This record gives sequence, C-alpha cells and structure tokens, in this order.
Amino acid sequence: MATLPVESQKTAQMRFTLNGEQVDVSFAPYKTLLEVLREDLGHTGTKHGCELGECGACAVLLDGKPVLSCLVLALECEGRQVLTVEGLCEDGRLHPLQDTFADLGAAQCGYCTPGILVTAKALLDANPQPNRDQIREALSGNLCRCTGYLQIFEAVEAAIVKIASETNQSGAAK
Amino acid sequence: MSNPKEFPQQPTAASSVDGENLRVIGVPRRRVDARAKVTGQTRFADDIFLPRMTYCKLLRSPHPHAHVRKIDFSRALAHPGVYLVLTGKDLPIQYGILPVSQDEQALCVDHVRHVGDPVAAVVAREELTAFEALDLIDVDYEILPTISDPEEALATREPRIHDYGEEGNIHKLVALEFGNVEEGFSQADEIFEDTFFYQGNTHLPIEQHASVAIKDPDGKLTIWSSTQTPHYLHRALAKVLEMPTAHIRVIATPNGGGFGGKSDPFNHEIVVSKAALLLDRPVKICLTREEVFYCHRGRHPVLMKFKTGVKKDGTITGMHLRTLIDGGAYGSYGVASTFYAGALQTTTYHIPRYKYEGCRTFTNKPPCGPKRGHGTPQPRFGQEVQLDKIAEKLQIDPADLRLRIAESSNTVTANFFRLGTVNLAECIRRIVKVSNWKEKFRRLPEGCGVGFACSAYLTGAGLPIYWNKMPHSGVQLKFDRSGGVTILCGATEIGQGSDDVLAGIVAEVLGIDTFDVRLFTGDTDLGPVDLGSYSSRVTLMAGNAALQAAERGKALLAEAVAIKLEIPKGRIRFANKRVFDSAAPEKGVAFAEAVCLAEARFGTIGTVGSYTPPKSPALYKGGGVGPSPTYSYSAAVVEVEVNSATGWVTVPRVWIAHDIGRALNPTLVRGQVEGGVYMGLGEALMEEQKFRRLPKRLSHALVHKFPSILEYKSPTSLDMPEVVTELIEEPDPRGPFGAKEVGQGPLLPIMPAVANAVYDAVGVRIDEVPITPEKILKALAEKKAEREPRFGPDHFPHVNWPEALRVPPPWEGGDGNAINEVHHGKPQMQKEKVLTP
Repeated sequence: MATLPVESQKTAQMRFTLNGEQVDVSFAPYKTLLEVLREDLGHTGTKHGCELGECGACAVLLDGKPVLSCLVLALECEGRQVLTVEGLCEDGRLHPLQDTFADLGAAQCGYCTPGILVTAKALLDANPQPNRDQIREALSGNLCRCTGYLQIFEAVEAAIVKIASETNQSGAAK
Repeated sequence: MSNPKEFPQQPTAASSVDGENLRVIGVPRRRVDARAKVTGQTRFADDIFLPRMTYCKLLRSPHPHAHVRKIDFSRALAHPGVYLVLTGKDLPIQYGILPVSQDEQALCVDHVRHVGDPVAAVVAREELTAFEALDLIDVDYEILPTISDPEEALATREPRIHDYGEEGNIHKLVALEFGNVEEGFSQADEIFEDTFFYQGNTHLPIEQHASVAIKDPDGKLTIWSSTQTPHYLHRALAKVLEMPTAHIRVIATPNGGGFGGKSDPFNHEIVVSKAALLLDRPVKICLTREEVFYCHRGRHPVLMKFKTGVKKDGTITGMHLRTLIDGGAYGSYGVASTFYAGALQTTTYHIPRYKYEGCRTFTNKPPCGPKRGHGTPQPRFGQEVQLDKIAEKLQIDPADLRLRIAESSNTVTANFFRLGTVNLAECIRRIVKVSNWKEKFRRLPEGCGVGFACSAYLTGAGLPIYWNKMPHSGVQLKFDRSGGVTILCGATEIGQGSDDVLAGIVAEVLGIDTFDVRLFTGDTDLGPVDLGSYSSRVTLMAGNAALQAAERGKALLAEAVAIKLEIPKGRIRFANKRVFDSAAPEKGVAFAEAVCLAEARFGTIGTVGSYTPPKSPALYKGGGVGPSPTYSYSAAVVEVEVNSATGWVTVPRVWIAHDIGRALNPTLVRGQVEGGVYMGLGEALMEEQKFRRLPKRLSHALVHKFPSILEYKSPTSLDMPEVVTELIEEPDPRGPFGAKEVGQGPLLPIMPAVANAVYDAVGVRIDEVPITPEKILKALAEKKAEREPRFGPDHFPHVNWPEALRVPPPWEGGDGNAINEVHHGKPQMQKEKVLTP
C-alpha cells in the first residue's frame, strides 16, 4: 500500500465545535480525535500515554462527557462539541479547577493533568458536590504516576468550594 | 590510627537570610511552572511540531537473542514517502551511560539481545508511512539460545550476551568486607538467615519517550528530548556522531514523569540526531507504549540473602548480604546498581561489621537500570523484613528495636559513608505517636495488621558518572534593569519541581517573588552544566549553586545601595522587592532600582554559583557508589486488611515521617512523599515486569508478558490510601536553607512495611514482592498445613565469589582504604567496534 502525500490524504472534512468555537478541519480519515486535535489543529494540550485507551491522559469532553480521544474516530465528532484543556480558561481567567490544581500541588509533571482536569470538570458539571469517593471513582480511569492522587482529590474539593462561592457571589451581584 | 572525627567537616552553607523570617522558603506555594501545566502549555517533546518535520520509527527485534546475518532495506527505501533508512552500520560506535559499560549501539550491528532491540530506522514524511515501511525491511536472524534469569546466566557460559564483563554471562561481581564479619557473628546471641526476592518493575511514566532533532541553520545539531540527563546525552551524542560536543545542543524538555527511566542516553535519541544531520530536516520520534516497556531501565529483579547476627538486646554484631541481580541485556547503570544494592544498609542502623557480595548477570530481557531508589529498595525490603523477624524472635517491639540501633548524626559508617544530620530516631518516635502504633501492633483483629519499616537515601550522588573534578552543578544569574532575574542552569524539570527549587532559593535571597524570576533550564547551550535529575541531587546541588550565585548578586546590589543610602553595607536588607536600611526600613530603593545602581557602578550584573560535593572518606575501590553530602531518613507505618479467602490486600492508611532537613516548598515536598508512598504501594502489591517463554514449537523465545499499561497493573485513584505525612525539619547545614532530598527516600520503607503488616494481619511471611493474592493464599495454605507460613525463595545459588576487598571500619583504625589487593572488580571493557559504513 503506497501512502499518499500528506495533503492529499486529508480527504475527510468536518465541522465541529472546539472549545466553544466552530472549526472546519480537513484530515486523513483514519485519524483519531486525539491525532486531529494535536496534529491537524495544533491543540497539543491534550496528551497521550498509550493510544490504546489505557491511561486516560488523552481525555477530552465530547458533548460534555469524558471520552478517551485516542479511541474516538475524529469523523464521529461531526457537529459535536469538544472541550479540551485549552478551553477551560474563561475570559483569560483560569477555571477554578486549574487554580486549585496549580495551588495545591495537583500537577507535578503535568502530563496527566489536562485529562484529569477535563474529567473533573465533567464530574462537577454533573454533580456540583461530589464526595471523596465519587471523585476517586470519576478519576479512576486517569493514571497519575507522580502525585499519589491525594493532592488531586484535595484540589477538586477546593474547586468545589471555590465554584460554589463564585456562584453565590455572581448570584448576589444579580 | 584514624578516627572518624578527624575527617574534615563540611563547609557550612548559608542556611538563613540575614537571620530574618523566610518569606518564600518553607511557605506552601504555587510552583513556578504550575500555570503552564494546568493550561496544557508545558511543551513536552512530542508537542514540538516544526516545519518540514519528518517522522522516525525503529524496527525492533522480535527475537530475544540472535545474530543479525543480513538486513535488506531496499524495499523500504523505495516506499513512497520514505526519505531514509538507517542500520547499525551507520552508527557503529558504542556508548552507554557508564564509562565501564559502553555496550550499546544505536542500531544493533550484528547482535540483538532482547525483544525490542532496534536494528533499523525508517524516516518518512508521515509517522504512518514510516511504520508501514518497517514491514518492508527484511532481516535475516540466526536465533541464539536465550537466558531468562540470573540462575540460567550463571549456568550458561556460552553464548555470551556480551563479550565483556567478568566471565560467561556475569556482568559484574562485587565483594567488599568492612571488618571481619565472621567475628561479628561469633559475638552474636542469635543469627538470622533469610532469603528474599524482589521482582523487577518499571517506571511507567505517562509520557512516552520522544525526541525531535534538527540541523541548525548554522549546521550544528539541536535535539529536544524527554531526558533526565541532558549533559550525559550531550556526551553520548558527541561520541557516537563523532561531532565536537560544542556543536551539539541538547534541550531537555520537561519530562512527563521520569522516575529514572529517562536517565540513559537512548538509541532513538541518537538515531533521530543522525537522521536530522543527514536529511537537513527536523526528525521526530515518539515511542509507542510497547516500546517504552522495551526501553525499560527499571528496577532490577534481585534475589538476596541476608545473614545478620544480633545480641539479645537487638544490637547488630555483623551483617552479610549477598545479591544476585538480573541486569537484562545491557550494562546501563548496572555496575552502579550492583554497588548500590550493598551500599546503604549501614546508613540507617549501626552495623559494626559488614560484608557485601553482589553479582549482576546479563539476561535476554530489556535492560534494567535506575528506578526511584536506584538499587536500594530491594535490599531495604530484605533488611527491614528481616528486622521484623528479629524483633519478633527477641520479643522487642519493631519500632523500639529500630530506635535502639538507629544511627546518629555526623558519624562515619563501617563502609565509610559520612552521614550528615540523621533524624531517623525522631522519624520513628513521631510515626509511632501519630499512627498510634503501640495500640495497634499485634492488637488488631485477625485480618488487619500494621507494619513498620525505615529507610535512608542519598541527597545526591557524591561522585559524577565520569571522573572529573568539576562542579556537579552550576547556575548563572542575569540581573535585568527591569528587576527581573533570569536563572540559567542545566537542571532538568521532570515534574519534581527543580525549576521551583531554583526560583524559590533565588527569590528568597534577593527578596523578590518567584514569579519575577525567569528560568532557562535543561539546555546545554544556555546554562552551565548540571549533571541531571537523578540520585535526588537537584535540591542540594543545583540549590546550593543557585544560593551561591544569588548571594554574590545580592552582595553587588547591597554595596551599590549602601553607597546610595550612605549607610554601612551590613545594614542592607532585601525583602518585598525592596532593598532597604534595616534600621530605617522606609529608607530604601525598589529592587529594580538596586539593579540599576549596581549596573551603573559595576557594569552588567551577572553572577555564577557552583557546587562540588565534599570528598568522601570511602577511598577503597567501589567506594564511589553510595557517598552523598547528606542522607534523608524515613519511617513508615502501613496498615493493611487481608482477605484470607481471596488473599486480597487493602491498604486503608499509611503514616510516614520524613527527615527532610527543611521543606523548601512544603506543597511540593508533600507531593513527593505521597508520590513515593503511591509508587511503593504499586511495587509492594502489584507492579511487576514479567516475562514468559513462548512454547517450544513457537520459537521458545522469551517475551515480555505484558508490555501494556492495561496489563502492567499500577494503583489507580481507587487504590490510594489515606496518607499522613510528617515532615521532620532540622535544617542540615549541607543543604540550601538546610534542605535534604525527598524524591526517592519515602518510597523505600513502604514495601517492607506492607510485608510486615501482612504478617501482623494474618501471620504469614511474604518474602518477596509484589505481594499478590496468590502468594498470600499459598502461604496461608502452608500455615494451615502447619508448615512454615511463608512464601518466598528457598535458596540462593552458588556463585564463585571473588576474594573480598577488605576495608577495616573507622573503629578498627581503618582509613578508608583496602588492606588487601585483589585483581578483580573492574570488568574488562570490550574493545570498541568501529565499523566503516
């Protein structure tokens, strides 16, 4: 099988929403969402550790739910919403999870961090007050070799408090 | 006659700033690189995409041991999109991390030694194209018999995996005796002999190794790589590529986890460098997870036998340790690992006479090397489990026994390691208290138990990997008129926080914020040499270099400001981004203005600092492995619940005390302790690098049992227990602001503490790791049958040990030299094969 030149391999075209922005992209049709994000869209914030769905590093949110982008065929994302770590900041401000992860030592080497952040966001979006066991459960597919997870749990818990207080403040402001 | 007290004392580093309260050091802080990490902007090697970039894949041997008769890559080269195919003939010069083990080739020329050994490289327009072209390379292999473990290696002289080493397939033999150990045993009331096995395991960093190489516009080479040791890679590249070192730039990208697994110069790094030079285009490689398992360099499997003599009160009279070490297919750090396996026993408890015999063999498996704790977790496991057995026999509480024999500060051990501050006893006392040990030990209900263990670790290796008298770490500081300070240092950020250590120290000394500091680290062109992120050396060595550079800059600024304020220099203070009169704090200038004043007076302000470890009193051959400026100490209690029906072990809680000297950034220190506990639990309970033979009808090859993350079990968020971390802070004058290491030490007591806890819970000894449910069930069955309630190795094979190098310990008048000469100890180095392409 002879491989076609790079540009002529980009036979697939797709429109989807990436971090709230409509994106049109051409890519080789065999590519996974992970590959299209990193290689065709320059979004290298999403990492990879196995390309086999084993480590959780490549987690992104697809229509709000965490998926392993190494196991998602990019073509399946037509018309859908994808959120990566690059989309967590709002108005130039870190998401509360990013703030607490940074402050509380939840990111050491930082390689599993993007996948864990978006997975934690999906958890908090669905359940704003998860307990420690629910946090453990939600993150059990994201391996971290550095932290021993405890500072990650604490950062998620601190973000819960931070989000709740920000919500109260903005509610009061209204 | 020599007395340990006569050895010169350490120079005392500045450990506080102006006697004032510290503002940065010791304060839990957001690390300087945190924002990049939580926004996904940290640029790891595989995140680098360059114009005209090409992709490399390696063809790896499917056979564990074979001669390469012929490689025909004509079909691959003709494949559309393929630019280059390289084989061993293009890169024949041998290299390796240690000068005594230059036994690797970037691509094997004629001999493959494990499944995964690379024989050819393809560079193509697309990664997939390169991958496809691998199938078009025809390699004719002559299959050789394989050696799967050290016992087979001892029994199999031919074929040799390497034509250097001691003899046959023995890579390295070590025999050292400090005092007459038999005499020690004759003074003992009880002698304990125990055999243990520690299975190998791997680092499993989540980031797969990746590198990008380019030929610079001026014709030089630059490589970005996920390496912990850019300086050593720099040297290896110069050697293999036969280029001036000054024409090579190595940039260590932040590592997505290292743990020792990215400390060797790797074949893929050399291959992409060569390819970039030939093609004049950027060449990238990113290993697959399976390939990362083949790179390995992980924990050596070690069989060990401890013979220890004790008095009735627990005093140790002598210890004799033998190890049989499975090195895998290459030398790597293995000679050092073999010495390390016998080095640190004496650093925790007083051992007046000590003998160590170690044997590392080659086997046809991926090479073993340094993993967190390098060479020492295996014997630490044996030593601490045996101490538990000793305590039980002597009817002494295991914590009390350790307190009785714990080493104290500023001693020189039997093997001539000079200890710095030793707060082992304080660690023990603290952890006994916080874990409520006395209420729990032997008192918990059946199935529940607690185990105790201690450990020590280096704060940086006292010697460099290649012999030289230069500093181990250097720092340059650039002071900008804006008030910004730039740190240039070779230190490598592998997640442990090395950048934050440097920034914290500089900011503290200069009274500025860590975010006013910019860092350029891990780059051989931009910063002075730092030997790398290994042996827990960065905080102490790069930290001391940064401290010196900052103090020198501070002196220049202080002088200029003192003249301006017309006050004596001694009254100048630096804090809150100001430089001011301590007697009248309102009188002063902003830090940026202080830089301008200094620049106006002295010219451009730049300072340097460097650190060289003190000379070690261990002067005997082999005494280069183990000395350190100072050692960290840990004590841990692990609680377990053992299900006697399934053998399943649950760990609900761990208490650990760590003698850190001073925590520079307590948030990061706690993270290192908990990360060490986590990795220790993985090693204790599940992680193992196992191999199996294919059936005879299918080649009988030795293959990796599970080169995947799914099958290589590691703890998840659901497995992690509660951890209570106690930091013992008595600043050690040898460390910057008193700091000692934390990256490796806290892992060490975990494995033996788990084994001891399992015994407390269900009364069976598991004398090997990992402690899996099958092993527990087997031991429980033995117990039920009223046989020895134990699972573990039952023998230690015969090894032709050489005559030991005899070194009298300090208390017997030794001066650190051996008193006999043995014609042995240094492997004959293979003549370098240099083939012309």
